[in-house]
Amino acid sequence: MIRDITIGQYYPAKSILHSLDPRVKLVGTFLYIISLFIVKHYTAYVLVTIFLLSAITLSKVPLKFIVKGLKQILILLIFTVGFNLFLTKGDPVVEFGFLTITDQGIITALKMGFRLIFLIIGSSLMTYTTTPNQLTDGLENLLAPLNKIKIPVHEIAMMMSIALRFIPILVEETDKIMKAQMARGADFESGNIIQRAKSLIPILVPLFVSAFRRANDLAMAMEARCYRGGKGRTKMKPLKYDKRDMITYFVMITFFILIISTRILF
Amino acid sequence: MAIKIENLNYVYSPKTAYEKVALDKVNIEINDGDFIGLIGHTGSGKSTLVQHLNGLLKATSGAIYYNGQNIYSEGYNFKELRSKVGLVFQYPEHQLFGTTIFEDVAFGPSNQGLSKAEIDERTRKALDMVGISEDLYESSPFEISGGQKRRVAIAGVLAMEPEVLVLDEPTAGLDPKGRDEILEQISKLHLENNMTIVLVSHSMEDVAKYANRIIVMNNGQVKFNDEPKAVFSHYKELEEIGLAAPAVTYIMDGLKNIGFDIDVSATTIEEAKKEILSYISRVQ
Repeated sequence: MIRDITIGQYYPAKSILHSLDPRVKLVGTFLYIISLFIVKHYTAYVLVTIFLLSAITLSKVPLKFIVKGLKQILILLIFTVGFNLFLTKGDPVVEFGFLTITDQGIITALKMGFRLIFLIIGSSLMTYTTTPNQLTDGLENLLAPLNKIKIPVHEIAMMMSIALRFIPILVEETDKIMKAQMARGADFESGNIIQRAKSLIPILVPLFVSAFRRANDLAMAMEARCYRGGKGRTKMKPLKYDKRDMITYFVMITFFILIISTRILF
Repeated sequence: MAIKIENLNYVYSPKTAYEKVALDKVNIEINDGDFIGLIGHTGSGKSTLVQHLNGLLKATSGAIYYNGQNIYSEGYNFKELRSKVGLVFQYPEHQLFGTTIFEDVAFGPSNQGLSKAEIDERTRKALDMVGISEDLYESSPFEISGGQKRRVAIAGVLAMEPEVLVLDEPTAGLDPKGRDEILEQISKLHLENNMTIVLVSHSMEDVAKYANRIIVMNNGQVKFNDEPKAVFSHYKELEEIGLAAPAVTYIMDGLKNIGFDIDVSATTIEEAKKEILSYISRVQ
């Protein structure tokens, strides 16, 4: 049922990618995404493919799982490829009435398609290997300089992690309330729009009540443990760079320079 | 026979990293008029099992027969099943939503497509059964006490007039007085209205006092399925799976071990009292 929805889509496994510092993964993904916008020559595409495949192998996330993530962008992918295929001007290869497929069209469509796929796989690889809490931790650390211009980085990160933490709880709660109301004969599937909207009341009211109750409890629990914002707060597991993190930075920067050089050389 | 469960298996999130077998080849028969105590520690599969009884969860494999009909056969009317097998969830007061108590309890019967007079009558009857007085009918279900909230929520299921009432830990989080009230009311439903009851609990005392049969779950399997005395005689095995027999079982056992020749099968305080008194009069 509803509990099968995974948000944050973390895939638990023991791999090098999982054990990397979240900051490395954030910066690395950022560099990777920029480099995707730089690639032009096919050697660069080969490079990215090799890089991505080795990252997937290192992550120990099954390929099936990764391909499943592509389903969400299938329509976008079809549109991008389709438009590029038919609307690029150049030397015609095939013609159906008003639609022409050109040489250049095929090439750009393929390139755009691959670029999109690389983009999605690369960024989802980060969320597969990093827990949401690690991500917000890393983000907070990376954005810390923004504190100087009075942006409450810690508070934003705390809100993010609480929100992420609450998603599965509320999903489970919704599931439970739905089942309880179904046990009392509630029907969420039939009827017109107004009836269906009305049938949501028995779910939404208890859900709101429970969300507020939980928020209240959490605030109380945080206060009881003397939470008073980020100032002077220390961490039980402070982020610390390891040797492998440094190596990864080195690999990422080398990869980035290589991609740039393909642009200059070819 | 009311409910027959055959070779029921249930797997959560199959074929993912989170796969978990919740029910493993469960075979149970529940007869009309039974008062079943379903016990097991957290994660033993008891809550999963009860959600199968009214079709909220669909088994991975196996079958459930309600009054002889397989509920997984094509075109089976689940809505009707749900009004026949009433299920009260854990912390049922968390599902209250009505603006008044009366409206909330009437939700079940109004989903059954009854006339307004019938809905009214059933709602009153259900509220009466759980001991909610008429002057509370128009109050908000959010402004009454915790114990009252729970009784209102139970009334919400009773108003559908089920033949089988399944309660998932109905006494969790209540004080001793609230707990006794709820259990007495459930027992009354069983004795006076001849309702079949399935009571999920991990309190042996609660179950021992009322149930005529106890089913013990462990790791998704049925470990024991027998009358209370017989189940509690295995108290060493019960301890191994994180459960315990009622305190009186231990007292009676202890008395016997230090040389009193008494029958150790008592499971409630009343039975123990009777046995000890009869022992004293026997000795004198």
